[in-house]
Amino acid sequence: MLSLIVFLPLVAALVLVGLPRVPDATARWAWVGVCAVDLALVAAVWLRYETPPDGALAFEEQAAWIPGVNSSYHLGVDGLSLPLVAMTAVIFLACAVYSLRERDRPRPQAALFLFLQCVSLGLFVAADLILFFVFFDLSIVGMYFVIAGWGHNDAGRSALKFFLYTFLGSLALLAGFIGLYVAADPHTFDMLALAEAAPLDGRGLAGGLVLAAILVGLAVKTPTVPFHTWLPPAHTDAPAVGSAVLAGVLLKMGAYGFVRIAMPMLPEAWRSWAWVVIVVGIVSVLYGALVALAQTDFKRMVAYTSVNHMGYIAVAVGAAGLVATDTAQARAVAVTGAVTQMVSHGLITGALFLLAGVLRDRASTYDIDSYGGLAAPAPRFAALFAVGAFASLGLPGLSGFIAEFQIFTGSIAAAPVTAVALLGILLTAALFLRALQRMLTGETRGRSLRFDDLTAPELWSIGPLLALSLLIGVLPRPLLDVIEPAAAVVVQLVGR
Amino acid sequence: MGSMSAMRPLLLLPEMLLFAGGLVALLGGSFLARRRQWVTRAVAALTLAGCAVIAAVHLTGPARAAFEGTFAVDTATGVARIIAALGTLLVLALAGDEITHSARESETYALLLFSTTGVLVLAGADDLLVVAVGFLLTSIPLYGLIGIARTPHAAEAAMKTYLIGALFGILLLLGVTLLYAVSGTTAYGELGARLAGAPPSVVAAGALGVLAGLMFKAGGVPGHFWVPDAAEGAGGAVAAFLTTVPKIGAVVAAYRLVAELPTALNWPLLVAVLAVASMTLGNLAAYWQQDPRRLLGWSTVSQVGYLLVPVAVAGRSDLALPSLLVYLAGYTVTNIVAFAVTTALPQRRDLESYRGLAKARPWLAAALVVALLGLVGTPPTAVFVGKLTTATAAWDGGHAWLAIVLLVNTLASLFYYLRWVVPVFGRGEPAERTLPGAFQPAPWSTAVAVWGAVLTLLLGVAAGLTWDVVSRGPLL
Repeated sequence: MLSLIVFLPLVAALVLVGLPRVPDATARWAWVGVCAVDLALVAAVWLRYETPPDGALAFEEQAAWIPGVNSSYHLGVDGLSLPLVAMTAVIFLACAVYSLRERDRPRPQAALFLFLQCVSLGLFVAADLILFFVFFDLSIVGMYFVIAGWGHNDAGRSALKFFLYTFLGSLALLAGFIGLYVAADPHTFDMLALAEAAPLDGRGLAGGLVLAAILVGLAVKTPTVPFHTWLPPAHTDAPAVGSAVLAGVLLKMGAYGFVRIAMPMLPEAWRSWAWVVIVVGIVSVLYGALVALAQTDFKRMVAYTSVNHMGYIAVAVGAAGLVATDTAQARAVAVTGAVTQMVSHGLITGALFLLAGVLRDRASTYDIDSYGGLAAPAPRFAALFAVGAFASLGLPGLSGFIAEFQIFTGSIAAAPVTAVALLGILLTAALFLRALQRMLTGETRGRSLRFDDLTAPELWSIGPLLALSLLIGVLPRPLLDVIEPAAAVVVQLVGR
Repeated sequence: MGSMSAMRPLLLLPEMLLFAGGLVALLGGSFLARRRQWVTRAVAALTLAGCAVIAAVHLTGPARAAFEGTFAVDTATGVARIIAALGTLLVLALAGDEITHSARESETYALLLFSTTGVLVLAGADDLLVVAVGFLLTSIPLYGLIGIARTPHAAEAAMKTYLIGALFGILLLLGVTLLYAVSGTTAYGELGARLAGAPPSVVAAGALGVLAGLMFKAGGVPGHFWVPDAAEGAGGAVAAFLTTVPKIGAVVAAYRLVAELPTALNWPLLVAVLAVASMTLGNLAAYWQQDPRRLLGWSTVSQVGYLLVPVAVAGRSDLALPSLLVYLAGYTVTNIVAFAVTTALPQRRDLESYRGLAKARPWLAAALVVALLGLVGTPPTAVFVGKLTTATAAWDGGHAWLAIVLLVNTLASLFYYLRWVVPVFGRGEPAERTLPGAFQPAPWSTAVAVWGAVLTLLLGVAAGLTWDVVSRGPLL
């Protein structure tokens, strides 16, 4: 079942590439169709999902791959990965719908995004480090071609920077993986076996170095300060759907790595270095928010809020490493919040980047000051933008609140100093409200004149993302019921 | 010594077949009209295919020694034979555009076969004298191959290769002499034990000489100077051959030698230093190259560095030999694919002249990207499996730092490979001054590039099967 979910988009991509005579319209609708089918399959998995026992995964599949180095084709989902798989399928469907009016080479674009969908889904269900790495690396290659091929302005340069920077991260990650493999006895790349064995516990220096390699790899991808500098240019020059996937899905690969790989496999090193992670998280939160506040470019501003939002995740997973007997439950809440934040940020930021794409499509600029009074000519745009902004700043009733509330409840209980990061929420609120006020209210002027409101594909791609954010905000239980047991397992593994 | 003293000449059937095929091509070619020279190409192709089949059959049997223990027919030899024969076969296929109906057609094929024979001899050599024979048999046809293009560049490259080859050939023979002088034997079976009691300085000098000779063949530091010139100056098919196939024999021979050397000196460290020097120098020199073939030439120097990593941990990690063979297999196909793209568009000798290739010829562009990212070691290509396992072998063998250097160099190499990819996918047409007209790829090379690219992906995805083959047994 999981193999089908992962490779259905790839097969569709190959078909689209292999049949050069496919008309553009067919390619666009085929893309939507495949994404819809894939989402339906994910929904079926979710409905049949039952929390697996500790140290196991649901819907497991395993086949020999490179037995010489004990690496296998091993897939499975649990409460950490299933929500991200679902979020990924949703975002790619939204991108497919958004692109229904795309005129620039729609067939190869559809194929490229289907390929990206395959590797993104594959990464979240991989239960083998090499398999994880394969998908991790291919996501970089795919996104490079999205930015270089469909981007604007200085796209070539931004794409190159993105590729080199994130490739550095992936190689650091690979070094860490090899370190884990060599330390394990018997040598293996299997995630479950490594999480159970925690092979580097009791070997302080080696454990610290391997964790450092893995942390650098994940921090580049997440990204956290000081490894975030590739993010703003990549986002600014990427096409709207590319940004949505980059922020919505690809950034989560780094954050997911923390809870899937670094914490369970290197518990002792994680506990020793928890403070570093917390500090990096707090700095990311504040720095991201402050720099976002200074932006005049809407898309760059959203890009920097990603640094801020991913910082909360680092704070939470760092706090989960501060083991004390009376905080186990709080730490589990923090990890639950972190995973919820991954899903929530994916939905909200995906929507915001698609809205930014509408700005560029209509008026060819992201400059905030070029707009004013957009609410009058484009009420639907204004409404969705407002919902997205409020969701992003963490208004109760939307998913961002559920995530950040849990992150802070758990983190502050484990480490009161993390309350400093609350300032970040204040700053994001300020910057989003200011952007709302400048762009939507007042007299209609500048580029807002003759601004066409959202088309049907735009409405039906951005709307559902925000509706899901609202749904999670109002009815968080179905999601939290899936995440909580897995978060408790992670906390228990870190604490052993 | 009962089993070692047998001659068993039939074990060398692949080598004999290749040599005979070369003779047939050479003699037959002189009796055939220029239009019918394709017959010699068919003969050469059949010979290579036959050689690979026989090697595969031998591979299923037990490891045995031939010619009184001087030649090992084990897993390493078997795999090297298959890779070298199939690699030369691919070169022969892409030669279809460039060499067909040329003035020196059958001679080119004959020299390719002779040189490949030398590669096989090197790969299986279990005796220093056989190494020397293999070295000469690989090198001498190579000088001719480089110069056969008859351009000023080719002549210069041939001269340079010849001079450097002569120098390193002397070093190799000198090394053999020294090792023989202190051990009284040239056969690997006894060499290891006898060298243990010999004066370390003489052993070091001798072994260094032999290694230096092998580095000339492999195109690694310190014997790398001829590689970029030859890659740039020689014909495309020859360039593909000389940067790929000789490495197979040379690196396997280096592995066999290092596995024999006494531990009194820190051989692993020395080989590791050579590896680091090769990969770093090759990468740095490749950075600002404008000619795609020269860029690939430097890139192959860095690839030798990666190939030496498992040699450095020979005998210290179970992964060393299989990872070396997997890397060789992946590298051979990938590098030939990259060269096939340049021979498909032989007039384009500037990276910028590839601008717009993706739009005009998407399949060729895709093959190029697969090859270049493959050389970087991006999954799921074959070289990725090689790089992963060589790095793991280095770490497992106690050289974690070497694995890290390998990964850092991999990152450094990405930049110059991307310098080629960027214009391919860039918008617009090639600039006027570099424009040799519309993209008109040559058919044979295009086929090799596209199908070779598919093959590298398959080799990577089906790495488990490849691994089964290459890990059948240790050295004899």
